[in-house]
Amino acid sequence: MGLKNLGRTSRKNLVTYLIAVLAFVILEGMVLTGNISNMLEGQLVPICAYVIAAVSLNLTVGILGELSLGHAGFMSVGAFAGALFSVSMEDTITVTWLRFVLALIIGAVAAGAMGVLIGIPVLRLQGDYLAIVTLAFGEIIKNVLNAVYLGVDENGLHFSMKDSIALGLSENGKVLIKGAQGIVGTPRDSTFIWGFALVMLTLFIVLNLIKSRTGRAVMSIRDNRIAAESVGINITKYKMIAFSLSAALAGVAGVLYAHSFSSLVASKFDYNLSIQILVFVVLGGIGSIRGSMIAAAVLTVLPEMLRSFSEYRMLVYAIVLIVMMIFNQSPKMVEWRKRVFAGRLKGAGHNAAKKGGA
Amino acid sequence: MKKFLSLALALCLAVSMAACGGSASSSAATSDTASAAVSGSAASAGAIKIGVSGPLTGSAAQYGEGVANGVQLAVEEINAMGGIQFEYRAEDDVADPESAVNAYNTLMDWGMQLFAGTVTSDACIAAAELANEDNVFMMTPSATAVEAIAYPNAFRMCFSDPNQGAASAQYIGDHQLATKVAVIYDSSSTYSSGIYENFAAAAADNGFEIVAAEAFTSDSNQDFSVQLQAAQSAGAELVFLPIYYSEASLILSQANTMGYAPQFFGCDGLDGILNAENFDTSLAEGVLLLTPYVPGVDEVTTEFTEKYTEKFGIAPNQFAANAYDVVYAMKAACEAAGVTADMSASDICDAILGVIGDVEISGVTGASISWDAESGEPNKEPRAVVIRDGAYTAPNDAADAQEAPAEDASSVAAESVSEAA
Repeated sequence: MGLKNLGRTSRKNLVTYLIAVLAFVILEGMVLTGNISNMLEGQLVPICAYVIAAVSLNLTVGILGELSLGHAGFMSVGAFAGALFSVSMEDTITVTWLRFVLALIIGAVAAGAMGVLIGIPVLRLQGDYLAIVTLAFGEIIKNVLNAVYLGVDENGLHFSMKDSIALGLSENGKVLIKGAQGIVGTPRDSTFIWGFALVMLTLFIVLNLIKSRTGRAVMSIRDNRIAAESVGINITKYKMIAFSLSAALAGVAGVLYAHSFSSLVASKFDYNLSIQILVFVVLGGIGSIRGSMIAAAVLTVLPEMLRSFSEYRMLVYAIVLIVMMIFNQSPKMVEWRKRVFAGRLKGAGHNAAKKGGA
Repeated sequence: MKKFLSLALALCLAVSMAACGGSASSSAATSDTASAAVSGSAASAGAIKIGVSGPLTGSAAQYGEGVANGVQLAVEEINAMGGIQFEYRAEDDVADPESAVNAYNTLMDWGMQLFAGTVTSDACIAAAELANEDNVFMMTPSATAVEAIAYPNAFRMCFSDPNQGAASAQYIGDHQLATKVAVIYDSSSTYSSGIYENFAAAAADNGFEIVAAEAFTSDSNQDFSVQLQAAQSAGAELVFLPIYYSEASLILSQANTMGYAPQFFGCDGLDGILNAENFDTSLAEGVLLLTPYVPGVDEVTTEFTEKYTEKFGIAPNQFAANAYDVVYAMKAACEAAGVTADMSASDICDAILGVIGDVEISGVTGASISWDAESGEPNKEPRAVVIRDGAYTAPNDAADAQEAPAEDASSVAAESVSEAA
């Protein structure tokens, strides 16, 4: 038994899990021993949320091969569904973990359902057209959530798209979603341990899906749609599975994110966030789950580490991003890296052989 | 090959994280010098550290800049006086809750003892949660949402949304400015929709009717002809604009183009309209606004306006004025509570909470400002301003409007200013 008996993919996946576990152990150790700055500690949960979002988007972009520019929309659906549940159940369910698990399930289901709903028209398109339509849907979701007012009193739920006066709440009523102000007072249930557990769950789901029969079918659609169709693969079904699963996982990321801050506004989930998640995926390497994970973590921490540049912080961030992108993905750089690394390895091997000979 | 690379990357990640965790104090020290350009105040041994968090970049940057400048001016003045010494640091939060939490944590790593933030409401709600957990005294210069100061350790210098909405409705009712009112507001802004809702709720009690309530969002804030036409066809005599001046300047220009000239009425967000880019200030003639900060209303504000303009090369807005007062309020509270720089943030908070109910200051946003220790809301008079000949002046009936005896002195001063103008 040993690593050698495992297949190549299994070994690669094992390394991915190990990286996540290692990062968790180091960071959790720092938290427990108090060797962590407030700044980094406060970012642990958002990092986990972004990692999940990036890995789930990689499912659409890397595995299904369709460019989606509306991923933040699914995240916001999950975030609002989960936070709404937690806010309204705060007094009823006092067991934190139970409330959070239910919120996660609700957020995932809501985002997944939205994924199916949007997938029906969107997946009929391909390439650039699909990308633009997902962008539009992301904006629609944001703007609708921005206009929703929802309140509750003894007569039940009240809904309005105008303002909170139009809800007509009685005196004991409580406004749950306040339009632009979003949801206020979400219990801060998500912890780093929860975040880590959800990252592992996401990795488990996505990595296993890729290896499975379904995953191979999805990738065959990406590689050659006509060939896949000709061997009898149900294109619509597999596309829909990948797209809605990706949306549901984004919903999980949204729930995790929403429960780490006490105020949740829809305007956060605009196309900037969608693009940001896409940047994680592209930088990490399209199709590389491990890359998405690392890129999401690094790029989330980076702007905070650059605070000493004050106003020039985002400028420096952009420059660092360009440099990293070139280093990671430019063909010349890849070639150079391969040459340098391969040369070294070859050299080492050569030396060893010489030694053996002597 | 790929494995090596990713391992190396993972290692880099771990190292960089460890570095930023382990050396919190040293990184704070280096960024101290780096942010010297922002803070501009020399770190002295016995200085109490004030943290500021606001949008220093992005679309709301002018609000954060105003606050940072106001704090800087006040800190420098106070340090020059001797006595209590302050040190401050401003962090960027782009008006976003997530960044505000990061900014707050960065400030805590720096050793913040008093929190003067955050500038915008959504961000403030998120940061207030943490400030409450850490028991840090906070006073926001400009977060107007009710929930922003939900906790007992949180106070504010500006008026809340309900307060502004209700005060505007009352002013219109008391002065019988109109019976048919239209409102144009930004439904995607917490500030704007918050004021609008409270204004609408108070309309009936003050004897006027809202004939048109037209919303726009931050995605569509360039063309207001539809909203203005709705207001015009509904026969509104007064248009209430609970929005920021950048949009209001467009509304005024477009209303002028279509030949619609109702009375325009705004809140503190309209403050600054005379400095809006590419805006013909004659269009703002006769606009009424309710704001705490009126340049030139009394000696204190005149002096503040001059100093600020000289230092930063731009006229102060109400954010700067509120922030300036926040620092002076913190000074008064620290003096009353006997706070010293070596106390922990939590001890300072407890000490200040014991005395805050008795603290009263005279600042640029009010001749007499005190706080309700329970709710954290300030007690100060809103001042009405009318724009005349390209300058903010007190309306002629200021004496009638401000019946509070404490305001007599300032309203007399206002009278003389408006006569001079």
